[in-house]
Amino acid sequence: MDLFLQNIVNGLQWGSFYALIALGYSMVYSILMLFNFAHGDVFMVGSYIGFGVATALLGFVALTGIPLPGWLILILTILFSMFITSFVGVFIERVGYRPLRDAPRASAAITGLMIGIILETGNLAILGARRLSFPQLIESVTYQFGGIYVTNKKILIVGVSLGLMYLLHRFIQKSKWGMAMRAMSFDFEVVPLMGVSINRIAPLTFAIGSALAAAAGILYGLAYPVLDPYMGILLGWKAFVAAILGGRGSILGAALAGFLLGFIEIFVAWVFPSTLRDVIAYSIILLILTFRPHGFFGQAHSTQLRL
Amino acid sequence: MQLEIKNLHVSYGKIRALHAIDFSIDKGEIVCIIGANGAGKSTTLRAISRLLPADRGSVMTFEGKNLLRYQPDKVVSQLGISHVPEGRRLFGNLTVMENLQLATFARRDKDSIARDVAQVFSIFPRLMERKSQMAGTLSGGEQQMLAVGRAYMSGRRLMLLDEPSMGLAPLLMLSMFEALKEINREGTTILLVEQNARLALKFAQRAYVLENGRLVLQGLSGELLNNPEVKKAYLGG
Repeated sequence: MDLFLQNIVNGLQWGSFYALIALGYSMVYSILMLFNFAHGDVFMVGSYIGFGVATALLGFVALTGIPLPGWLILILTILFSMFITSFVGVFIERVGYRPLRDAPRASAAITGLMIGIILETGNLAILGARRLSFPQLIESVTYQFGGIYVTNKKILIVGVSLGLMYLLHRFIQKSKWGMAMRAMSFDFEVVPLMGVSINRIAPLTFAIGSALAAAAGILYGLAYPVLDPYMGILLGWKAFVAAILGGRGSILGAALAGFLLGFIEIFVAWVFPSTLRDVIAYSIILLILTFRPHGFFGQAHSTQLRL
Repeated sequence: MQLEIKNLHVSYGKIRALHAIDFSIDKGEIVCIIGANGAGKSTTLRAISRLLPADRGSVMTFEGKNLLRYQPDKVVSQLGISHVPEGRRLFGNLTVMENLQLATFARRDKDSIARDVAQVFSIFPRLMERKSQMAGTLSGGEQQMLAVGRAYMSGRRLMLLDEPSMGLAPLLMLSMFEALKEINREGTTILLVEQNARLALKFAQRAYVLENGRLVLQGLSGELLNNPEVKKAYLGG
């Protein structure tokens, strides 16, 4: 029983990364009907930006002697990095996708993959092939509840993720920008007739998705402090699977499916050897999608997969 | 002249849908374009809203400004031209109130927005009763009211209406046109396209007849109602 609960806790943390990244895929899909295949690499870029911001803040502390506590540096790192990475998203939308808005969706998909490769290899060219180690901004503390062990980092990762998802939910439901996004997800073409510029909503959506990916990147760096330019590929694809599993364009679905993916992986690894983890986990997901091709919350009428 | 269209050509790929359309509307008028299915009525409205690009050589001027320089959202937010699209195209996943609010997205005049909402509710009291309901759950008549209300909120120097009578029972149709008359009396110019020619000609002051992408006839509505060709082709003999 303890082991079961322990795995729930681990699955929550692991699923947080998927969920945060999957939200970016889903938000963009819901308004523009395209998947931003560079999104996994935005996660990577966000993690590196987080590394840069954290290093700069630590340098500032060392230089000035102002004793900023670790948790404050972490909060500032998350906020600054989300802000900076949002511009990466805006840039990708402006340069990569806006010129292709009326082009066949395959063109946008190919462009996304290219942008991803450029981000990976660009990083490699600038920073070299060595891996970076994400600075540990807070001391790891382990709490014991019965037979379950929970670190403060796990609590932080899950807490920050859920908090960001709640803020996103509020934004989409309550703000006029969120309202415009919902409208766009329903009927893209009529939105300009409301006096709403799609060229403002689309970059905003990319910005928010990228900011969430950056948050995921930093939280990931806290838990697994080794950064490399290709770290976003596998995680990004898995988060993409979560977005599909949740139902294309469904925000709630993406978040839930992200956590579900985390649980499935962790529980499969509990029962089977860890080398078989992904084979079995993704066979299960493939099976689910066979019976529910439009995912949990997707609309059945849009079963044709538009890339 | 408030709206002046000269030599308007619109093409879908290589197929030309509108051929050298010329017409103009004065401020405060109610003008209709009648024609059969596929004659180019919706295309004309969509070109004015800039949802469709006009071919080279086309001239569209609204209150002295070159319409062709405006993006679709700016046509609404800066020029005040609203468009009730064919089939209403409400945001079914938004409430009635949200549909109205979204139409004010670019407006900065917060005080008058509240007044305009009140005015929409006074023209269409049914919308007031339904304001927290999802637009997708409205009846056909209520949906048309919301589509017009939404256009009223977004801009009303000129309102373009694409088949406002479509799918409405006769009584609802009449009350819809009464509401449009009221909006017109407040100062909104109205350009509508209709397949229901008899209704449109009774409602509008002037009319144009569109056939295969060409304007073939124009005149006062009363004249066209008695024109033997129009009678034969559009009014059922």
